[in-house]
Amino acid sequence: MLRFSWVRFMAVLKKEFIHILRDRASLVMAVAMPIGMLLLFGYAVNTDVEHLPTVVWDQSQTSDSRDFIISMRNTQYLDPDDFVQGYGQIEGYLDSGKARAAVIIPPDFGKRLQGQEQAIVQVLVDGSDPTVARAVMSAVQMLGLNKSLQLQNQRLIAKGTAVVASTPLDIETRVWYNPDMKSKNFNIPALIGLILQNVIAMLTSFSMVREKERGTMEQMVVTPIRSLELLLGKLFPFVFIGFISLSLILATGIYWFGVVPLGSLPLLILLSTIFLFTILAIGLLISSVAKTQLQAMQMTFILILPSILLSGFIFPRETMPKLLQIMGGLLPLTYFLDIVRGIFLKGVGIKYLWQDTLILCGFAIMLLVIAAKKFKKNLD
Amino acid sequence: MNLAIDCQGLIKRFGTYTAVQGVTFQLPAGSIMGFVGPNGAGKTTIIRMVCGVLVPTEGQATVLGYDVKTQPEEIKQRIGYMSQKFSLYDDLTVNENLDFYAGVYSLKGKMARAQKERVIERIGLNERTPQLVASLSGGWKQRVALACALLHNPQLLVLDEPTAGVDPVSRRIFWDLIHQLAQEGMTVLVSTHYMDEAASCDYLGFVFYGRLIALGTPEEMKKREEKDNLDDLFIYYVEHEASDDPRNLRLKKGGRG
Repeated sequence: MLRFSWVRFMAVLKKEFIHILRDRASLVMAVAMPIGMLLLFGYAVNTDVEHLPTVVWDQSQTSDSRDFIISMRNTQYLDPDDFVQGYGQIEGYLDSGKARAAVIIPPDFGKRLQGQEQAIVQVLVDGSDPTVARAVMSAVQMLGLNKSLQLQNQRLIAKGTAVVASTPLDIETRVWYNPDMKSKNFNIPALIGLILQNVIAMLTSFSMVREKERGTMEQMVVTPIRSLELLLGKLFPFVFIGFISLSLILATGIYWFGVVPLGSLPLLILLSTIFLFTILAIGLLISSVAKTQLQAMQMTFILILPSILLSGFIFPRETMPKLLQIMGGLLPLTYFLDIVRGIFLKGVGIKYLWQDTLILCGFAIMLLVIAAKKFKKNLD
Repeated sequence: MNLAIDCQGLIKRFGTYTAVQGVTFQLPAGSIMGFVGPNGAGKTTIIRMVCGVLVPTEGQATVLGYDVKTQPEEIKQRIGYMSQKFSLYDDLTVNENLDFYAGVYSLKGKMARAQKERVIERIGLNERTPQLVASLSGGWKQRVALACALLHNPQLLVLDEPTAGVDPVSRRIFWDLIHQLAQEGMTVLVSTHYMDEAASCDYLGFVFYGRLIALGTPEEMKKREEKDNLDDLFIYYVEHEASDDPRNLRLKKGGRG
């Protein structure tokens, strides 16, 4: 009697698939939500600073000033498209947000440059978004430094006092792993984890709580069904849905956003599966606490905020206060993000990821055991 | 006499609260026993102990020859259970609900099909099988729930207020079915608030404050307290047993709280 019964397990499995197919809302959530979220985050969470609208007040109107404006455009950071006269107009542009930066070239710019003097260019940056402001400032300073080194060189050569073929110091920088420093390369792999977590945890907890809400759980208790049969029968369809979501996200990430994993795809899928099990367990835990679908929904949302803020999804964990680091360490997502980013951006294999993998396995086992125990207790 | 249920001094406590205190009764196979009593008296708790879902804190109970404490799985496989909620899946059709419960009772293949046909025929569900349960009326839902509870040929049928909120015609059809099943040898344990239903049971138990305060055939019970009908008997017991209940003060004043 206490043996696991395939007939009972299959009965639950079949019923769950019918539920999912009949429930348009859940079906749409399983398919449309991953893609929708990916498109949203992929485009909106873009911390790259490029082509900022810039307004220019060129009081010099010389070939030197025009030259300077062109090199500014060449940095790709600033788009000096609007030209104005006077501070009043500049203020209007910045206030209305039509421009995020303003460049003011003084009347004596050309004369001073030609006359071996120091020319001063004023740059105003809209600091309401600090990330943007910092990026623009460093870009402009870089530009100024390069320009002055170049000029210095020309002057020295012109003077004939020394023949300097190159600048005294040339710092060559090179970026590893994400050479273009595109934030989508950083964000999209991480989104796999975040989206899987939200969609699957919510759907799983819904399916369990629904049974409580309808009162069918009460009926289940009186039948010979065992908690393990019910549990597996209910979880299995969501493993299936989880894989569909995962493939959708991967396909959209690769073919739409062009973010291709450098590492092994099978390894990525294998480790994602382990992560999927921890999420199923989280969904199960939520359902053992929540009494209604609304509560389950709210609890899933409680999980989302720390997942975004503490897991390293947006902010680096290294700079966080110790307490927040520890809290982030309690989220399975934190370790999964290390894994997906490692595979996508660095192309590393299990040799470098075994620690994260081990912790993730630990989470999966621990959460599943607790969830199954709680579930059984609820049933009894 | 072949006993379907044999309860001896069942006690159930939830923490410090005693829900059922010392319930003893015996039910011969093939008979119908009705539980009546106010809401919250402990009828459902007794029923759940009989089903092997709740473990009694004290006392003994044997159901169909199996001990409720040690062999609940054996009992669950042999009883049919149905409650006032008609625990069906609204988004599944009648047929899919039947399939699911057949699977839950480990019926498969030919056996499952044969049993399904039998209950569909029996309950008269033929035209309803492709319909979604959500689109059925209360009376039909009740019959489908009964069909699900009968799929595995249970020896004991346990019904917890099965007719609450169902129209009189559907109630009549339902009870005709119950009486037929009992005639064919099925034992039925049912709780109800309807005195006409209670009157048609073979045995009646009056549950009050967690105790079984009166037990017998409906005729015996009426005679014992010299009442003409069960309604009067019900009110007599409530007044007699709990004179300090605020509801009774209103009863004495002539109102019907």
